[in-house]
Amino acid sequence: MELEKIHYDNKIVKYFIIATVVFGIVGMTVGLLAAIQLFYPIANFDLQYTSFGRIRPLHTNAVIFAFVGNAMFAGVYYSMQRLLKTRMFNDSLSWIHFWGWQLIILAAAITLPLGLSTSKEYAELEWPIDIAIALIWVVFGWNMIGTIIKRRERHMYVAIWFYIATFVTVAVLHIVNSFAMPVNFFKSYPFYAGVQDALVQWWYGHNAVAFFLTTPFLGMMYYFLPKAANRPVYSYRLSIIHFWSLIFIYIWAGPHHLLYTSLPDWVQSLGVVFSIMIIAPSWGGMLNGLLTLRGAWDRVREDAVLKFMVVAVTAYGMATLEGPLLSLKNVNAIAHFTDWIVAHVHVGGLGWNGFLIFGMLYWVVPRMWGTKLYSMKLANLHFWIGTLGIIFYAVPMYIAGVVQSLMWKEFNAEGFLVYPNFLETTTQILPMYMLRAIGGGLYLVGVFIMTYNLMKTAAAGTFIANEEAEVAPMVTAAHTEGHWHNALERKPILFTMLALVAILIGGAIEMVPTFLIKSNIPTIASVKPYTPLELHGRDIYVREGCVSCHSQMVRPFRSEVQRYDPTGAEYSKAGEFVYDHPFLWGSKRTGPDLHRQGGKYADSWHYRHMLTPGDVSNGSIMPAYPWLYEQVIDKEQTAKKISAMRTVGVPYAEEYENQAGADLEKQANGIAEGLKMEGYEVSSDAEIIALIAYLQRLGKDIKSEKVAVN
Amino acid sequence: MFKEILQSIDNVQIWPIISFCIFFNFFLVLSWWALTADKKYIDDMGQMPLRDGDGETPNSNL
Repeated sequence: MELEKIHYDNKIVKYFIIATVVFGIVGMTVGLLAAIQLFYPIANFDLQYTSFGRIRPLHTNAVIFAFVGNAMFAGVYYSMQRLLKTRMFNDSLSWIHFWGWQLIILAAAITLPLGLSTSKEYAELEWPIDIAIALIWVVFGWNMIGTIIKRRERHMYVAIWFYIATFVTVAVLHIVNSFAMPVNFFKSYPFYAGVQDALVQWWYGHNAVAFFLTTPFLGMMYYFLPKAANRPVYSYRLSIIHFWSLIFIYIWAGPHHLLYTSLPDWVQSLGVVFSIMIIAPSWGGMLNGLLTLRGAWDRVREDAVLKFMVVAVTAYGMATLEGPLLSLKNVNAIAHFTDWIVAHVHVGGLGWNGFLIFGMLYWVVPRMWGTKLYSMKLANLHFWIGTLGIIFYAVPMYIAGVVQSLMWKEFNAEGFLVYPNFLETTTQILPMYMLRAIGGGLYLVGVFIMTYNLMKTAAAGTFIANEEAEVAPMVTAAHTEGHWHNALERKPILFTMLALVAILIGGAIEMVPTFLIKSNIPTIASVKPYTPLELHGRDIYVREGCVSCHSQMVRPFRSEVQRYDPTGAEYSKAGEFVYDHPFLWGSKRTGPDLHRQGGKYADSWHYRHMLTPGDVSNGSIMPAYPWLYEQVIDKEQTAKKISAMRTVGVPYAEEYENQAGADLEKQANGIAEGLKMEGYEVSSDAEIIALIAYLQRLGKDIKSEKVAVN
Repeated sequence: MFKEILQSIDNVQIWPIISFCIFFNFFLVLSWWALTADKKYIDDMGQMPLRDGDGETPNSNL
């Protein structure tokens, strides 16, 4: 048979690689800043654009979508062409994808520091950017499916299956989680409220980890690890089972992010069961990766590429064992809201994603530039510094998490909390925060070393923009032989549909009943919608990213009820959140829970605390918010906010928009006058007034019910 | 809106159970197939990343 000459597009891969490295450095530097802010609050610079609450989403978005995202595209574009023996379907689509994605990153880098955020983790970007993401994602998928259709290889290798699953699932997750009602071009309210919003968000959040950070990288592992080791994957049979069981089971496990919350119990249990089941496919995949190196372990000693990949796959194995263990309710009771979770995600992020990316870059760059790696020594140095960085990051965070959690829960012989002041438990672990910053710093130094090494490598070689290959054309005759799964692999569209069905079923079973059955969310008659001023305050709370450090979810533990609501003794109930668009339960307590904050302190306490937290709470690491005292409430938006809230189901009376402005003024004047009597002169228009109004409302409705009953 | 639609379906709770059964059986069949699949096919697929069309090893279509 005559061989055909084709050219693989390396240029698009090169651009994605450059973007990976640049945004890796940016995202990790921002992460390092955030780490420093946590023990050295001056590093918030008293500026709204650099305060922790805005910097943290910038870090997470940059490392997930810019660093890991671009690396995923580089890996997919490189391996897919070679596995399918064809150039990408359409070069223009490739470039629209590339520049579109970078523009989205730019938009994120501008809007997040400006405080334009939905506050939903890893989905913080506002609705116009969400639409852009959906469009560019479709371009990526179109290009990918097109490439698969015009392939010259009859069967799709397992890596391609993982890429397909990535495309369809991320599309579904992103669209479902982004349903929102715009207030204006920069602000929207999610369609879902409270428990439902939480469930959708963590179905998204959990599966973003699964299908953005895991499946594409498993595909890359199945391609680059055999390439680097120069031997086929240990068991192709295992990889087939790995794929189907992983995508099917993963999608069910989202509720494990919401254990002991107000989520219905049965959904929590479902999440736990499936989380335990994930160990099987995850470890199957990990062992498949590690065993691929059977007989080649001697090479691991010298080859930095293999070293990175071995640690990456090991980190994957550790994180995917730890994840299911964390989803056991008794472990979760200790670990949730603490730095343990931060350690867990960074073992996955720095170890699995980061190291697999580094291994891939060290392998692919010399090949694309037709030369040898500039320095294997530097690559090995990077490996050791990076590994040390991960250890210095993770170990202090594990210690911090466990220590703080035990302090939260410790009672003395008289039955009182030993550490009733939350701040005590934070200051206790500050040395761990310092060590963590050192770990992150080391990891970043490694990335700089890699950047230098890769640039030197590229300079020594000549870039091969269009790599020539000789391949046989695909046999087009009808194939009747083979098993049904073989047939399935030859039908990419059908395959995509099946993968889609597999993930939709898990998602639907989990969510539909919660949306459907009334008894899942018992309503509380005394819970009323927020006043216009409180709504403004809540939006400021969202804008400043308060949810990054403060939960609003008192779990049903004696230690939490006693700490956060000693007089009322109420943990958080599902019915309390029915008007919360978005939900603000949070996932980490760097500061105390705020769900029972209303009425706990005087307005003047909040006034002073937000201005100089350290003066009010000695040793506080909370940033100061001086701009809230100068900026005024955007009253023009009041009516629009009320009307958008009504659209998503909050029962404000018809025409309440006309009344809202006056109600707002009245409430604001009341707070300002109260402050004045205590000697704090402030305009009733200042944003701090709205924020105080919101904080004083938190968790109060359920108490008014009690008063009514009494 | 979809709330009403779903509520109007008779015995809506049976659907998740049926779905689960379908997928569970899909796995049993899939696993059985994967474990008994033709060795030549499995070996050939496993070798795929190592064939870049650069003439090192022959294309499977040859």
